[in-house]
Amino acid sequence: MFSVDHKVIGRQYLDLALVAVFTGMVLSWLMRFHLGWPDTPIPGLGKIAPGGAAGGVMTPEYYLALMTMHGTIMVFFVLTTAPFAGFGNFLLPIQVGAEDMAFPRINMMSFWVTLVAFLVLVAAFFVGDQPPLSGWTAYAPLSAVGKDAGPGQGWGQTLWAISIGIFCIAQLLGSLNFIATTLDLRTRGMSLARMPMATWAWFITAVIALVAFAVLMPACILLILDRVAGTSFFIPGGLVISDQLQPHTGGSPLLWQHLFWFFGHPEVYVAILPGFGIVSQILPVFARKPLLGPKVFIACLAAIAFLSYTVWGHHMFLSGMNPFSATLFSVPTLVITIPAAIVTLLWIGTIYGARLRFTSASLFALGFVSVFVSGGISGFFLAQPSTDIYLHGTYFVVAHFHFVMGVAAMFGIFAGTYFWFPKMFGRMMSETLGKWHFWLTFIGVYCIFMPMHYLGLAGNVRRYSAFTDDYLQPLIPLHRFITIAALVTGAAQLIFLYNLIRSRLRGPQAPDNPWEATTLEWSTSSPPPHDNFGGRRPVVTQGPNEYAVAGPGGRDYIMQAESR
Amino acid sequence: MTTALAPPPPAPPAVPVATGLGRPASSRVAETGVWIGIGAISMTFAALTSALVVRASDAPDWHHLHLPALLYINTLVLLGSSLTLETGRRHPGRAPLALSLTTILGGLFVMGQVIAWRQLMTQEIGGPSSAFFYVLTALHAAHVLGGMSGLVYVRHRMRAGVVSFVPYNAASLYWHFMAVLWLYLLTLLTLRG
Repeated sequence: MFSVDHKVIGRQYLDLALVAVFTGMVLSWLMRFHLGWPDTPIPGLGKIAPGGAAGGVMTPEYYLALMTMHGTIMVFFVLTTAPFAGFGNFLLPIQVGAEDMAFPRINMMSFWVTLVAFLVLVAAFFVGDQPPLSGWTAYAPLSAVGKDAGPGQGWGQTLWAISIGIFCIAQLLGSLNFIATTLDLRTRGMSLARMPMATWAWFITAVIALVAFAVLMPACILLILDRVAGTSFFIPGGLVISDQLQPHTGGSPLLWQHLFWFFGHPEVYVAILPGFGIVSQILPVFARKPLLGPKVFIACLAAIAFLSYTVWGHHMFLSGMNPFSATLFSVPTLVITIPAAIVTLLWIGTIYGARLRFTSASLFALGFVSVFVSGGISGFFLAQPSTDIYLHGTYFVVAHFHFVMGVAAMFGIFAGTYFWFPKMFGRMMSETLGKWHFWLTFIGVYCIFMPMHYLGLAGNVRRYSAFTDDYLQPLIPLHRFITIAALVTGAAQLIFLYNLIRSRLRGPQAPDNPWEATTLEWSTSSPPPHDNFGGRRPVVTQGPNEYAVAGPGGRDYIMQAESR
Repeated sequence: MTTALAPPPPAPPAVPVATGLGRPASSRVAETGVWIGIGAISMTFAALTSALVVRASDAPDWHHLHLPALLYINTLVLLGSSLTLETGRRHPGRAPLALSLTTILGGLFVMGQVIAWRQLMTQEIGGPSSAFFYVLTALHAAHVLGGMSGLVYVRHRMRAGVVSFVPYNAASLYWHFMAVLWLYLLTLLTLRG
């Protein structure tokens, strides 16, 4: 269990993410049900949460608590843990031809610290009145003042801040390993230009994460001190909450927002860039064509990484920030769409004219491109302060970020799972179940999130637990449609879970290279031996993109460790 | 399949090469790791610096701190520890002694910092400037303690007969950075604290 093998650690991260994603999904089901039928009791909920949902009908505060926990669990323990830490850990050392990560013991520690962070967060369900309700962004001052700010803002919010602080340490250790491994442990012949796209993406993601989590960590320390030590970093003077004058002076709530979003915006790229890498590696395999413009792709990743640090203020247009700063942040926000659009065109160019092999992995990779574009387009409207002022507090934003980072990153995770499962476990997954899973999920997520754009344009505010205002009541049927779509799409994930468990136990034996791919993980056994290559390190002679070429044995590809 | 594989690695050299922190690998990797760590730590303290600057501007409750004089003695102790470590690097025969001395001086520095905190508490200034003082110095002291455990580890490896300066150099790099970081923090706290 306490293994220092990067492959075991990668699988541990993925298992943790699996537990987390189903937890987060159940929370979203509860919220969606309440939004559709606010007066109907949810069976059993009253017993689980007698304080927040007496009789099975949740209070508005409990709704916010579920929203907070959903967001926190999904962003940190699923979208960061699975595509970056999970797949990256398993595959990055193999793809560069190393035996393990640069610092295996630190690597092991980073997983166990992540698990501790998760347990501390989940503990917030069981202590105090209810979980915290400040959202995954934990905006000060309400997140900083303690239990006067509402139920769950006592112990629950403190546990939140401690959990995220611990999580930062884990990710810093993980990123350090990713960067050092990529820089120093590449095998002979594995120049930077020959690195697979997924490795490039994990490497650049690690650089982003290193800087971002290094900022969130001290921010969490300051937040904890405001809560438990009586300091005033984020709490202004003269603040009255729940009729109580808060004993603080001079703090700045905007300071928390700046620190948080300086982390928070790069964090969305931590969630999505591994998906970029996974898709860029999978599409050429199933298109049997090299990726179009691999160097342009890498340059775009680097540009996105740099720009991701210049745009954080676009989350704060309505926060009381100087309006001139809004313009300053709006420009790079629009600029960052250029490299993102180029990457999308490279994917489309790669599959253009190709005879695609439709597998579960390639379908999810194509689905990734689809939902990423759908979510990206709504970003244009939100990047401009003038339109954002209207849209920011509405479901339009919910639709935008769920598509562009939530669902897209999930599709990247699914694509990666179907693609690398044979390598990880030595067994094939069921393609039939995989395709059912894809189509139900693909149609489902569009049914859930497409209508939310309309809700937002119609002025439907987000974060409300029920829509009792006159102007919102006509929108309730649409909410019910979304709820049903969410329940069905969620249920479709059980197909995936069943496929995972069944294939792990009884799937057909996987060959070493079932997809006819080129990168190093496919030239070793499935699953790879403890030291990855059986005591002999591969020598790389090719780039990762040698498809549609005259390979040895009449094949249309040349593997990276093969001679021509 | 015509997969080209490297010949098996040569037998390990008579003197094992250790890289510290993990299994033997590329000789650069320990130092690379420290450089990456320096990047992350710099970012953490940059974030706290910007927080301090924002918090101090236009704040009616900001009182300038009179730093305890002991801090300057602590500074000398920390700089001295950097010197002892560097002496060990240049005179390999004295390396084990240098490691022990540096660790002891590091411990003295942290103890001195704790005493300085107690002196500051008796000033009863309170307020945001002292809050930043405690956060910055405590976080720095925690990193120094981490560095001390690294020194103890390197010393332990030397006792086990592994003669290699790769981990020693990596530990030195980290330790010197701690001294530089402290000089920066002292300047920041003197000017803005």
